[in-house]
Amino acid sequence: MRFMLLMIPGGYESAAPGTLPDAKAVAAMMKYNESLQRAGVLLALDGLHPPSMGARVSFAGGKPKVSDGPFSEAKEVVGGYWMIQVRSKEEAIEWAKRCPGSDNEVIEVRQVQEFADFPPDVQEAAAGFSELQAQSGQLKGS
Amino acid sequence: MTPNDTHRAVEAVWRIESAKIIARAARIVGDVGLAEELAQEAFVVALERWPESGVPDNPGAWLMTVAKRRAIDLLRRRTVHERKQEQLGRELETEQAGSEPELDATIDDPVGDDLLRLIFIASHPVLSTEARVALTLRLLGGLTTEEIARAFLTSAPTVAQRIVRAKRTLAEAHVPFEVPQGADLSARLSSVLEVIYLIFNEGYSATAGDDWLRPGLCEDALRLGRILAELAPQEPEVHGLVALMEIQASRLRARVDPSGRPVLLLDQDRARWDPLLIRRGLAALERAGGLGGALGPYALQAAIAACHARARIAAETDWERIVALYDALVQLTPSPVVELNRAVAVAMAFGPAAGLEIVEALTAEPALQGYHLLPSVRGDLLAKLGRLEEARVEFEHAASLTRNTRERELLLSRAAACAP
Repeated sequence: MRFMLLMIPGGYESAAPGTLPDAKAVAAMMKYNESLQRAGVLLALDGLHPPSMGARVSFAGGKPKVSDGPFSEAKEVVGGYWMIQVRSKEEAIEWAKRCPGSDNEVIEVRQVQEFADFPPDVQEAAAGFSELQAQSGQLKGS
Repeated sequence: MTPNDTHRAVEAVWRIESAKIIARAARIVGDVGLAEELAQEAFVVALERWPESGVPDNPGAWLMTVAKRRAIDLLRRRTVHERKQEQLGRELETEQAGSEPELDATIDDPVGDDLLRLIFIASHPVLSTEARVALTLRLLGGLTTEEIARAFLTSAPTVAQRIVRAKRTLAEAHVPFEVPQGADLSARLSSVLEVIYLIFNEGYSATAGDDWLRPGLCEDALRLGRILAELAPQEPEVHGLVALMEIQASRLRARVDPSGRPVLLLDQDRARWDPLLIRRGLAALERAGGLGGALGPYALQAAIAACHARARIAAETDWERIVALYDALVQLTPSPVVELNRAVAVAMAFGPAAGLEIVEALTAEPALQGYHLLPSVRGDLLAKLGRLEEARVEFEHAASLTRNTRERELLLSRAAACAP
């Protein structure tokens, strides 16, 4: 089973462009990341630049509308994620607990949807759309 | 937390920590069976205490401390050789000197060494392959006897016996709890990699209707491989095996069609290949290559898999590179099956006549006599050369050799297509 551990740092919703974590925090996180790697459970991880450097696209009324960050109505934003492979939700939670999170940080644990989770008709529909991915070269190996 | 929640939390901690705890205990008492018992005692104590006291801040360290104390107590109670007593005395001093060093969750090196020792011992050549697989999944994978039995389509008592006998064999052979060195290392490492890949293949061959534990074996094998890659980063074949497994696993969703029938690699919907796993596989392959020296057999197989993985569509496959890789592989692990695969690649790269030449040389191979893929490949190449009558004969012969219904249908329909 795959899980995403979504890091939600309090205050990140109003962080200035170019905000980066301090060296001590980074060092602690690196140790944690290494522990995930050594346990063979880490699939992927990334940090995200703050919303002030990003944009939102909404679709009310069928027309896409772009708003530049920061987003005043957002109380919580994602700062980064880990994707891990474990046998159960409890295992994912246990790993999340081991993160050296600070006082104002929260990790949300979410299971990744796997293709087999979907009923056959959805799988059929998804198969059709994924032709587009192949054609757009999305699958070119790095 | 309800008692049930705590129980599940303890199990999750167990999954994460048990191998390290068993490894450490084994280092102290020198016996893998005893070590597992001690580790399980610690688990039972946790199940008893934590519902009341709450899950400790560092549950791994808590379990490790309990297991270690019991291991050392056990040693004290045994009649030990004087040298061992000295050793024990030194260890106890170290225990007392560092105040609860286990609470530092990241003492990796000692634990890493112990874990590596455990990996090697669980796949010791003195054990049968089945025993190595069962012991590895049990001690390192943290699977229960029942889970191992379900995963390998056998009964729990059979697996339990296998594990008991394996532990006894190791004890009676006085297998030292050490990481092999020097000349020994290569052969012993081969054994470890073989066990991991066996587990992977069992999972890979699982079909849609199987118990979820069976395809789960791929994940178990990948996890073990990744752990080993961190413990022995200087070993290129470890990265080679991980690369091979990541890339093969990337195709799991494309291997069967909606009605559950197997789909050949070249016919698979590549949009269903997992790009994350492909990326990880290519990275592992780079690690293998970056260590210098010629690629070993697992790395070569991974490199071949990588050629397929990099091709957006089957028609873009770099067949010439695949041929070069098979040329290298056949030097390292010469086998008629590898040679047959090489023939297929040669045909794709240089035309059916070139491939057929190699296949003709294999027709007398005793090892391939009952192997349906030989006439199947021969038929395919003959058909491509327009020699339809000969192709038909080959396909019918191949059909008679396979016990797989779906394969037989496929081969018979290819035979029929050759008829005038």
